[in-house]
Amino acid sequence: MSGTDILALAACGLVAIGLYGVVAQAEVLRKIIAFNLLGAGVFLLFGVVARRGAAAGLAADPVPQAMVITGLVVAFAATALALVLTLRLHQITGAATVAEDPPSGAAPDPASEP
Amino acid sequence: MTATTPGGWLLVLALTLPAGAMLLGFVAGGRHAQRIALGALAIWLAIALAVALQVQASGAPLAYVIGGWQPPLGMALRADGLAAAMLLTGAVVLLAVALFGQGAYDTPRGAAETRAAYAFWCFLPALAAALAAAFLGGDLFNLFVALEMLTFTALALACLDGKPSQFKSELRYLLFALIGSVLYLLGAGLLYGAYGTLDIALLAGRTRADAPTMVAGALMTAGLIAKMALFPLHFWLPPAHAGAPAAASALLSGLVVKGAFVLLLRLWFWVLPAPVVLGGGTVLAALGATAIVIGSVVALRQERLKLLVAYSTVAQMGYLFLMFPLLAAADADAASRAWLGGVLQAVSHALAKSAMFLAAGLIAVSLGHDRVTSLGGAARVMPITVIAFALGGLSLMGLPPSGGFTAKWLLLRASVETGQWWWSLVILTGGLLTGGYVYRIVAAALAPPAPGCVARAVPRPQELCVLALAVASMLLGVLPLYALGLVRVGAP
Repeated sequence: MSGTDILALAACGLVAIGLYGVVAQAEVLRKIIAFNLLGAGVFLLFGVVARRGAAAGLAADPVPQAMVITGLVVAFAATALALVLTLRLHQITGAATVAEDPPSGAAPDPASEP
Repeated sequence: MTATTPGGWLLVLALTLPAGAMLLGFVAGGRHAQRIALGALAIWLAIALAVALQVQASGAPLAYVIGGWQPPLGMALRADGLAAAMLLTGAVVLLAVALFGQGAYDTPRGAAETRAAYAFWCFLPALAAALAAAFLGGDLFNLFVALEMLTFTALALACLDGKPSQFKSELRYLLFALIGSVLYLLGAGLLYGAYGTLDIALLAGRTRADAPTMVAGALMTAGLIAKMALFPLHFWLPPAHAGAPAAASALLSGLVVKGAFVLLLRLWFWVLPAPVVLGGGTVLAALGATAIVIGSVVALRQERLKLLVAYSTVAQMGYLFLMFPLLAAADADAASRAWLGGVLQAVSHALAKSAMFLAAGLIAVSLGHDRVTSLGGAARVMPITVIAFALGGLSLMGLPPSGGFTAKWLLLRASVETGQWWWSLVILTGGLLTGGYVYRIVAAALAPPAPGCVARAVPRPQELCVLALAVASMLLGVLPLYALGLVRVGAP
């Protein structure tokens, strides 16, 4: 088993853990961390693809690496946005999950929109 | 080999003009941001019209190779009939919403800008740029970035009012959208690993029906349908769309979900190999059919006007998936009808639904609430708004001569011609149920006002914006022959 194969398996593991966490964890903060694990797995996979697609004389295919950089920036921005929203949610309502509230008055109140 | 076609520079302009306007507005702020956004969106509409005319006239897709670098190393912008039609729809809806937003987000001369107004006028052109990137992108990775741009701008618009009750539903929307994008990216990574390119034109016809392609296709499809809120991944949409301010709901329901739809079409009919499309199309259509029935029935039972309109989006998005098995059929004529029907459904729903959400917003402002049971008197105070809502509803129901009628009629015909008649039952049932919930609203609005009901008049210009969108959705049905040629350009 070569190093690339181990990295590929690690990528699969990260994706699996991340996906499980995103779906199964109730708290938003844990979901966001799981989303980042999932993202790390995807980026690692791009790295494996780059290594496998290397042309003669090159260590790796540069195109997937360029994609990973873009992906990292996007994931970073997404994480920051989600964290800010989570923080505001906690500050205002004290809630740490996005689960439905009990039925009484839980639904957003569109009537009072301006 | 992609070459820049005459008029290709229009595509660059369609992308950079709104992005530039967003940055300028961000720096200038206040009244200037508002003027810049309105001006940019008006020019954007002219550009979209020029792109559509050019595609129609030349009968071939426009293309622009960025920096002269050929794919797979470089990236291309492409505008076929689908992209041109969706771009034009986006431009019409965005301009109408911007004019509508002058009411709520106006910064009077000399007054300090409010946070909501500043964000609104910056994010409107940002949404235009994101839509242009999603419709014109010719590269699956570029389209991923466009998807994320759409998510971020849509979320900012949805949270415009900063009300606590909104945060939970909008945060849930963000989580769904992020998982959707990361699954899409994972699929794109696998495709790159298998074929060494993500350029759609290069992938077209080269993909094999092997395990990596199937897994990649499944992951990307799952990600995209999470963003489009297809049953059973639809739970986030109604609260998120209904909780947003009226102008934002119109954009979210009308346009943002259509970005993912265009990507799904590109994936299925350009990238994935024919056997996969043949088998998987039926699954997607079955989910769409369930969405039509369940979304409509749940909409029928809603107590709140905006939630009702939002559930109707879940149902109407279901119609878009009916085209998948029809397109894969061997009958070329029927497939071409299904293609036109599906695209027309996306366009007419964008126009009609944005009109309905804006109308619902005006009704809520006027009455101070949006409980369906006590809408009485609304038609007396704002007849134009109620007429616009009803016209939008007629288009969703599929009554002639609306755009929705032509779309559903084409899908119905294609389903009978390809021998898949069971889809036509769903189309008809959906139309009946839609008629039910639209009638509920219109009947309630026409009822005499309840005692003690105080309804304020709403500004006439806002009412006219709503009416213009609804009428556009109706008029769409009268010019099918013209649109026919455009949407077919570069169709699969």
